[in-house]
Amino acid sequence: MARAQLLETTDEAVAGIEDGSTVLVGGFGLAGMPFDLIDALIRQGATDLTIVSNNAGNGEVGLAALLRAGRVRKVICSFPRQADSYVFDELYLSGRLELEVVPQGNLAERMRAAGAGIGAFYSPTAVGTPLAEGKEVRDIDGRTYLLELPIKGDYALISAHRADRLGNLVYRKTARNFGPVMAAAATTTIVQASSVVPTGELDPEAVVTPSIYVDRVVAVAARHHTVQGAR
Amino acid sequence: MTMLAGTIEHLDRGPLSMDELAEVIARDIPEGSFVNLGIGQPTKIADHLPRDHHGSATVILHTENGMLGMGPAAAGDEVDADLTNAGKVPVTELPGAAYFHHADSFAMMRGGHLDVCVLGAYQVAANGDLANWHTGRPDAIPAVGGAMDLAIGAKDVLVMMALFGKDGSPKLVPACTYPLTGVGCVSRVYTDHGVFEVGGDEVVVRTTWGISVTELRDRLGLPLVTREG
Repeated sequence: MARAQLLETTDEAVAGIEDGSTVLVGGFGLAGMPFDLIDALIRQGATDLTIVSNNAGNGEVGLAALLRAGRVRKVICSFPRQADSYVFDELYLSGRLELEVVPQGNLAERMRAAGAGIGAFYSPTAVGTPLAEGKEVRDIDGRTYLLELPIKGDYALISAHRADRLGNLVYRKTARNFGPVMAAAATTTIVQASSVVPTGELDPEAVVTPSIYVDRVVAVAARHHTVQGAR
Repeated sequence: MTMLAGTIEHLDRGPLSMDELAEVIARDIPEGSFVNLGIGQPTKIADHLPRDHHGSATVILHTENGMLGMGPAAAGDEVDADLTNAGKVPVTELPGAAYFHHADSFAMMRGGHLDVCVLGAYQVAANGDLANWHTGRPDAIPAVGGAMDLAIGAKDVLVMMALFGKDGSPKLVPACTYPLTGVGCVSRVYTDHGVFEVGGDEVVVRTTWGISVTELRDRLGLPLVTREG
């Protein structure tokens, strides 16, 4: 799709997400978590989803709510276990959820590769560890690397600070985290932005995600949650 | 033995508290470094980092969720859900801070641009192997986060930990029994009982607190050596 669609509601924004889709979900803990798009996805009803996100839900909101609703088959993430990840913990320990743990930098770079058209890359992370199991090993200039494959999403759900009507995005502080990477790595990128401004109002020098990566935008007032028990 | 007193062995003091140890590590981090402090105990080091005569930090802190120039933990009105450290604790930004996305943040790390990172550990081996992500227990939920990327990324990987577990077993060991985070990646281990250089042919004791080198050799079962300066 050439131009991003500007939608009125989050329900319209998540329309059409199919059962069995791979959905990239932005956020690090709760910073940058697209809460309202996830709530809309729960209402929309898609199930058997593979979710790619840094964590596996905090408390009862966002990704945790999607897990609790029973819509997720598999989570690919770097850090599922946290002080307030009890929804995930219960599902995982009772065998109702598959888990693939990926080192955080490899997770980001595998999505970056998908968005950049890179077929695979060699990473030094995880060499000699249990997470190297089954991966091709190669020595290059005296250093050992593992072959890592891209992670592509059917959809990305991300949260931005401001969007313009074309779909250019800026983020706020560390809530940027996976947003720009996921925006490029998904076939259809859906964005909730705290405000949508007229085209031309964002400083072109400051645009972080160019509109070419964005398919749907919906304006939603920012809603903030902090992780409980973080230390 | 008497040769070591006062230079390597400090029998009148120690073992150190984790706050005292944080101060020792902070003193060893060169001014101007780009530094990542791991989740947990290493975050204490931030309180002791050197400051210039204006009171500004001379070290720039990196947090892997996408920021350079991280300031102290946020309090009261400063708390901003969009601004956290890698442990998801609300933090502040310092003048000159910069934000970037996750792939850039880890490229910075993996690409060898970070000078120092300080990590906690379950175990460190004499050869510099690090185990700090998984106990390996069958009922444990594996969670690696950025630990493996940090372990191979920074130019200098330091570990901050208690030398002995709660059951008294050493955490500086001939070979790790816990699942590895990185191979031969640790250069120095700071503990409540002493500081050790690892990753070479032998484990070098730089300093001890409240324990002699002889007793450490015995309790660790490692052929420790000392190098008099």
